[in-house]
Amino acid sequence: MELIKPGFGLVFWSLVTFAILLFILRKFAWKPILGAVEDREEGIRTALASAESARKEMENLKADNERILQEARNEREAMLKDARDMKNKIISDAKEEAQTQASKMIEQAQAAIESEKKAAMAELKSHVAGLSIDIAEKVVREELSNKDKQLKLVENMLGEATLN
Amino acid sequence: MTFYTFKRVAFTLLFLSVFSFSFASNSKDSDSEKEFDAKEMIMHHVKDAYGMHLFDYNGHSYSIPLPIILYTDKGLTTFMSSEFHHDYNGEVIVEKNGQRFVNIHEKIYKLNDGETAVTYDAEHHPTNAERPWDFSITRNVFMMWVSVVVLLLIFLTAARRYKKSGDYVPKGIASFVEPLVVFVRDEIAKPMIGEHKYKRFMPYLLTVFFFIWINNIFGLIPFFNGANLSGNIAFTFALALCTFLITTFSGNKNYWKHIFWMPGVPVPMKIFLMPIEIVGMFVKPISLMIRLFANITAGHIIILALMSLIFIFQTIAVAPVSVGFALFIGIIEIVVTAIQAYIFTVLSALYFGMAVEDAH
Repeated sequence: MELIKPGFGLVFWSLVTFAILLFILRKFAWKPILGAVEDREEGIRTALASAESARKEMENLKADNERILQEARNEREAMLKDARDMKNKIISDAKEEAQTQASKMIEQAQAAIESEKKAAMAELKSHVAGLSIDIAEKVVREELSNKDKQLKLVENMLGEATLN
Repeated sequence: MTFYTFKRVAFTLLFLSVFSFSFASNSKDSDSEKEFDAKEMIMHHVKDAYGMHLFDYNGHSYSIPLPIILYTDKGLTTFMSSEFHHDYNGEVIVEKNGQRFVNIHEKIYKLNDGETAVTYDAEHHPTNAERPWDFSITRNVFMMWVSVVVLLLIFLTAARRYKKSGDYVPKGIASFVEPLVVFVRDEIAKPMIGEHKYKRFMPYLLTVFFFIWINNIFGLIPFFNGANLSGNIAFTFALALCTFLITTFSGNKNYWKHIFWMPGVPVPMKIFLMPIEIVGMFVKPISLMIRLFANITAGHIIILALMSLIFIFQTIAVAPVSVGFALFIGIIEIVVTAIQAYIFTVLSALYFGMAVEDAH
């Protein structure tokens, strides 16, 4: 029976001691320890979160880079295509231009040749006519300087005329 | 610096108290040959006592004297336990302030005025003496204070570690303490009370856990003469009372509703449940008190009983068996020290959790 009867003195000292212990430990031990543990856990949580966000950002950045690279590639492709097209256009334009220019020049040349030819022909004609008159004059003079010959000629001419 | 001074003073006090033996001669030399009484020996060890008995040598008992503090109608009376000269059979009478005190089975009685010797009735209860208010620093109180000093040394040193290192990395004793603290928080407080309300109860749960645990451990150390503090019902009563008071005063509307008018059951059932719940309010802390007391005391009794076998059979041949079994029980007891501290804390946390639980 003795064993299960709480002694008053020990109850009293237990309560007093426990209260003091609780007070001291709460103030000087549990507060700093729990505070430090919580701070550390908070730190770990934020570190993990920031690492995660950094990873995401990195991914975004990577995706962005990829996209920008792709865009640049596409742009280059387009630019190359444009350049090629322009080149082709320029070449074809130039060709066309040259063609027209050439045909125009040929035409002009032909026209010039034609006119030159005409002029030459006209000159030749007039020259030939003059020459023919000169020759004819000379010949006539020659022929008519001699009576015989004049008669002969007239005879020839008459003969020819009769023949006709 | 002040902390080191405090440490040194504490150790010096301990040292001095251990070596200030009382060299009193044993008054019952003639009885030393009497038959070995296992029950008396065990009860003597399990119960509280005035003075820390250390060992017997050459017919002398050596013990640390502890102050006896009594409050009678004549006011406070204090003297050292060594004045009883190791007597606990009511034979040595100490006179103080004109009052006579005797120690009968480690209970101090005050003889009625004019009496010079104790008389007993048939059940060996003193008839002409009564108990004064007894605030003595008994060996349990003494060991409790030693445990408080040890706890403060451990935890204040650990806490200082955190203050010193700004990076909060536990080193030294803090790395030993921190897992235990985190264990109490994550395995006891959080699941039992709930994520949002546990913080308020953390200091109590941590203190009670370590206080019980260290006193359980101290109870197992033979040098401390089995000061059986956590196996003393007064100590467990005090702690259970704290749990009861905290539970009662932190109980919310929902808690009281569950006790007096259980929601969700028919009215006859509500009326039937009310007295059960009211009784339950008190049974819970009482079960805490008895569980801790009985478990720790039982362990001590088993070990002492096994050891007593050697003296009962009066042969050394039993010793290997006794020591083997006692060792086995001792190892179990080491586990029990932690388990009982854990159970007390878990159940306290559970009761707090019930008290602050919201209606669902």
